[in-house]
Amino acid sequence: MKAFDYSRADSPAAAAALAAQFEGARFIAGGTNLLDLMKLDIETPQHLIDVNHLGLDQIDATPDGGLRIGALVRNTDLAADARVRKDYALLSRALLAGASGQLRNMATTAGNLLQRTRCPYFYDTAQACNKRKPGSGCAAIGGVSRQLGIIGVSAACIATHPSDMAIALRALDAQVETISADGSTRSIAMADFHQLPGDTPHVETSLAPGELITAVALPPPVGGTHVYHKVRDRASYAFALVSVGLILQKDGGGRIAVGGIAPKPWRVEAAEALLPQGAKAVSTRLLDGATPTQDNQFKVTLVERTLASVLAQARDDA
Amino acid sequence: MNDHEPSTLSRRRFLILGVVTATAFAMPPFISLKAYAATLEQPPMAKVTIQVNGQSQTLEVDTRTTLLDALREHLHLTGSKKGCDHGQCGACTVIADGRRINSCLTLAVMQNGVEVTTIEGLGLPDNLHPMQAAFIRHDGYQCGYCTPGQICSAVAVLEEIHHGIPSHVSPSLTEPPRLSAAELQERMSGNICRCGAYSNIIEAISEVAEVPA
Repeated sequence: MKAFDYSRADSPAAAAALAAQFEGARFIAGGTNLLDLMKLDIETPQHLIDVNHLGLDQIDATPDGGLRIGALVRNTDLAADARVRKDYALLSRALLAGASGQLRNMATTAGNLLQRTRCPYFYDTAQACNKRKPGSGCAAIGGVSRQLGIIGVSAACIATHPSDMAIALRALDAQVETISADGSTRSIAMADFHQLPGDTPHVETSLAPGELITAVALPPPVGGTHVYHKVRDRASYAFALVSVGLILQKDGGGRIAVGGIAPKPWRVEAAEALLPQGAKAVSTRLLDGATPTQDNQFKVTLVERTLASVLAQARDDA
Repeated sequence: MNDHEPSTLSRRRFLILGVVTATAFAMPPFISLKAYAATLEQPPMAKVTIQVNGQSQTLEVDTRTTLLDALREHLHLTGSKKGCDHGQCGACTVIADGRRINSCLTLAVMQNGVEVTTIEGLGLPDNLHPMQAAFIRHDGYQCGYCTPGQICSAVAVLEEIHHGIPSHVSPSLTEPPRLSAAELQERMSGNICRCGAYSNIIEAISEVAEVPA
């Protein structure tokens, strides 16, 4: 691990100001992904700003009937919150499908959104990777790509975003709240938060340098039956091959976000309109334009079948 | 923010540069003074106070030191093991402020003021924690390398169930989780045992938890 200076911030504004002050600074909260990457010299910050003491660890009701989740709320606490379990079950289920108990105790809401891909070529510093080293190429294309993306990918990068939580937040139309070094704040829709790779796969989110996530806001509950189904190589503690988050309403309408297939939570509102026609129609529209590799062609079928299974479960649960 | 500032971020550049100047005559002529100074430069250090197994421990560490390395290399508490060092195996699991964490994936400096319990703090050879005794009774190990992490994790798992924290396999999110082998298996998935003692580990935890057979 490369040496770094370490400081603690005591307010969100101070943290953002510190980040602007030090070149090569990174925020650290749970540290579960950042330290992993620092040990491999994939992340080499010169300055770490510890944001664990900012007081952003509460979940508060909002005036409009939603919830504001502090950036530092740990994944365990978010999944276990009684209001989340009752009104945003998709979020609890997605969180509980991810990582291990130890990691969920450390990992934070903001950090979960900002975690990097687990593409093996991103992790192997001997391999070409445009995300890790812009312009170096992509060894995953033409490499072993069974786990990798089938849609939203580019000729520069076929990595997926690994978060389960983000799938639920996308289906729930969450907003990501931030603060910048100049003290200005803004709110970014989950739909716009993660960026597609294009020819700049190292740019993963719409955050500006030094911009700090302070909270994730959930709109008022939308009701319906919530199901999250994650298909993976082992029953627990593995990243998704495909995951489907579904909120199904009594009238047959609903929302669908898919994980394990794209560089961001994959949701296509036009596909949701086809729900009354069944899983095949929805998944065909959802995956319109997909460019799978030979290794991950199976994900096209797996999305349709997982969706069919999830729809059947939601109808049983309703 | 001074209240939260680690008390010393002591960089020793001035001191080191002084040494370099004094010994410059001995340097090979093909190394620049600046490059030579860079090789001697001390990494940033920080002071941290952690409560470990009930004792306050103040350490001055390289900021890169993980909690695991602080426990093993500075405090010589070698019960917590370094398996993968990337949060994948769980051998480094300790209990920090009552919650199990991977001690390899947090920095010692981030744990200032935290109460850490390691396997050494759970029980002693002549006064075993019930979970340690159960692991022995049920042969919940073979080589034993993952065992301290398994036991710390298991103790915390029972607390998590007691506090009603749901898991991936909990049938209902609105009812308290039930004690069952399936719940224990899911919750222990962050602790890998390459000897494959899993069935005995689950039996040991089940006995302590009084899971109905």
